Amino acid sequence: MPGSVQSLERAAAILRAIAGSGGQMGVTELAGVVGLAKTTTHGLLRTLLSLGFVEQDADSGRYRLGTGLLDLGSHYLDANELRSRASNWCDSLAARSGCSVRLGTLAGLQVVVVHHVFRPDDSAQELEVGAALPAHATALGKVLLAFRPAASRPPADPRLERSTAATMVDPAKLAAELKAVRGRGWAVQREERVPGEGGLAAPVHGAGGLVVAALGVTAPVPEVLGSAGAVRPALLEMVLEAAAAVSRELVRS
Amino acid sequence: MTERYVLAVDQGTTSTRAIVFDRGGRLVAVRQREHRQFFPRPGWVEHDPEEIWANTQLTAAQVLRDVAGRPGRVVALGIANQRETTVVWERATGRPVLRALVWQDTRTGPLVEELSARPDAAIVRERAGMEIAGYFAGPRLRWVLDAVPRARERAEQGELLFGTMESWLIWNLTGGPDGGVHVTDVTNASRTLLMDVRTCAWDPDLLDFFGVPAAMLPEIRPSIGVLGTATALPVPVPIGGALGDQQAALFGQTCFSPGEAKCTYGTGSFLLQNTGTELVHSAHGLISTVAYQLAGEPAHYALEGSIAVTGALVQWLRDGLGLIGSAPEVETLARTVDDNGGCYIVPAFSGLLAPHWQGEARGLVAGLTSYVTKGHLARAVLEATGWQTRDVVRAMDADSGLHLSALRVDGGMTTNNLLMQFLADVLDTPVVRPMVGETVSLGAGYAAGLAVGMWSDTGALRGNWHRSAQWSPRPQRAAELDAEYAAWERAVRLSIAWGDRHFR
Repeated sequence: MPGSVQSLERAAAILRAIAGSGGQMGVTELAGVVGLAKTTTHGLLRTLLSLGFVEQDADSGRYRLGTGLLDLGSHYLDANELRSRASNWCDSLAARSGCSVRLGTLAGLQVVVVHHVFRPDDSAQELEVGAALPAHATALGKVLLAFRPAASRPPADPRLERSTAATMVDPAKLAAELKAVRGRGWAVQREERVPGEGGLAAPVHGAGGLVVAALGVTAPVPEVLGSAGAVRPALLEMVLEAAAAVSRELVRS
Repeated sequence: MTERYVLAVDQGTTSTRAIVFDRGGRLVAVRQREHRQFFPRPGWVEHDPEEIWANTQLTAAQVLRDVAGRPGRVVALGIANQRETTVVWERATGRPVLRALVWQDTRTGPLVEELSARPDAAIVRERAGMEIAGYFAGPRLRWVLDAVPRARERAEQGELLFGTMESWLIWNLTGGPDGGVHVTDVTNASRTLLMDVRTCAWDPDLLDFFGVPAAMLPEIRPSIGVLGTATALPVPVPIGGALGDQQAALFGQTCFSPGEAKCTYGTGSFLLQNTGTELVHSAHGLISTVAYQLAGEPAHYALEGSIAVTGALVQWLRDGLGLIGSAPEVETLARTVDDNGGCYIVPAFSGLLAPHWQGEARGLVAGLTSYVTKGHLARAVLEATGWQTRDVVRAMDADSGLHLSALRVDGGMTTNNLLMQFLADVLDTPVVRPMVGETVSLGAGYAAGLAVGMWSDTGALRGNWHRSAQWSPRPQRAAELDAEYAAWERAVRLSIAWGDRHFR
């Protein structure tokens, strides 16, 4: 199998062996079943333990499957539940930043707006809950694309539609942008969907650690970017804090 | 100047929440803890006052720790509480004589019937501003005095104290048996049937009517004004105010002018409209209640439409029927269909409150056919909240003569977009949600902050109110629902008839 990663195969063999036993297994027993040295097996188990994929019995020291595995498959987060849990923090972000706030999830190459809080200036605004926005042209979408489990690949559909002159329609350029987003943990959008408008967004993590949503602000460009075109640090900090608070809220249950 | 914060405790029906707000009325930190619900018999609902006190201490300490690292300090504590829930405890030990009788508890039904039949019963409506109903605290207190051996005698000797939840918490916060302050605020006192709603003092004739000894009653104080110091918290702070939760939400929504109204969507839902310093008597089944009182000023009044079961119906769909895993999922389920499929649910689990006041009415699901799925039931569950709101809005329009130009909403159910749009359509009125959804806590925080000068006056608070979302009525849907309203009214009449023992 060219390109396969040996330690991943070994870890999978350990998980299968524990699952097959229907209960708990000791490290010596496991090493025998998967055909590895005891020290190697032990090292792999420590990593699986830290990820929550296995748990260790406090008395016997034996290993069983961890609840982290359940989170991978069965933890589907309902969009309405997500809105309900995030609501207080979205309000707080809008009130502090003075910007409108959106919480979104990914559907293909679009961001579905799960929650929307108006810009707190009491101007006429339309509620956008349920709207679908082009992912590559929004900060929310860039975060969601960047943190997809398959994010190393460029988007499946390379026909990226242009909204403004600044929209990233070149797949190679977008891939580089997504890599940068993944590296720094937030995304910015400069007039890429609507002229004159900028956006900032950060990832929201679910109970299993995966990114389940993105939370971000939208405002006229000067409120998002400083004179040199750099992201305003105070605003960025508020967005990161709010996204972290929602993530904590999701894990707390 | 260093930043100042207020701590608000919202002691609610299902949980106790401690929230810290800044001067902009923005939420800074929040902690929450649920308490147990006891259902010892059908219609009985109880809470453990000691558990609630422990949760109050815990969440307050946690949230104070959350903000401890920030520059600035917490300058006051405000309390909002579930109303009409009744606690009786021993002055010497602080031990409750029974678990708290919760506002949803219907055990006083026969007692209320007996009291209502007395020739002098009209005095209650005249002085207290409300009909005799098991919903209020007075009949519950009377029930406790009748049920617990020697209770009346011990109460007369000053050994037992009565309070609604804020009294219980303030007494404990200020020292409990060791010098605790025994007070209630005027909004909570207005829900007992024992207070003259005009003078805002305990009424000797009402005490006589209900057979309640004056010695056990807390002192009635304005809602906004320092009540004592919360020495039981890790950081002692002045208690700057207390309000019943619905009045707190009215205050938090900055409805300070006559005609301004809000509806809070929680376990039950409560529409309150400020009527100014004039008491308005309802001719259409609403309650005349105290909205708030600032120390040294006359009381402000409100008309209230109380709906017992709204969010509780969603909980029933979750816990009673198991059709959803969490309350917000009701919207997901409801969106699997396009309409209610002809189905209506009247959630008269313990009778109907405003504007019907039919304690014996019981719930029903009307219009069942084999076409109806769980999706339609979920729709009907959400629509029941909308229809019931229409019932009280109609009564309020008739009483106050002021048509609502927009309904300000808050509470947990306001994150349900399907429900909010239905409300806008069924009321044919824009529905507006403020930036801070936690208006109950915010109102308590505002009360506390005003008392210690963190804000200069109510005018300073208005600037903190911002719209976070708005749902506008769609004319065609509004017209359809207007035509459908008759079906809802028929279902309500059926639920009232079902509970009537003489109905054949």
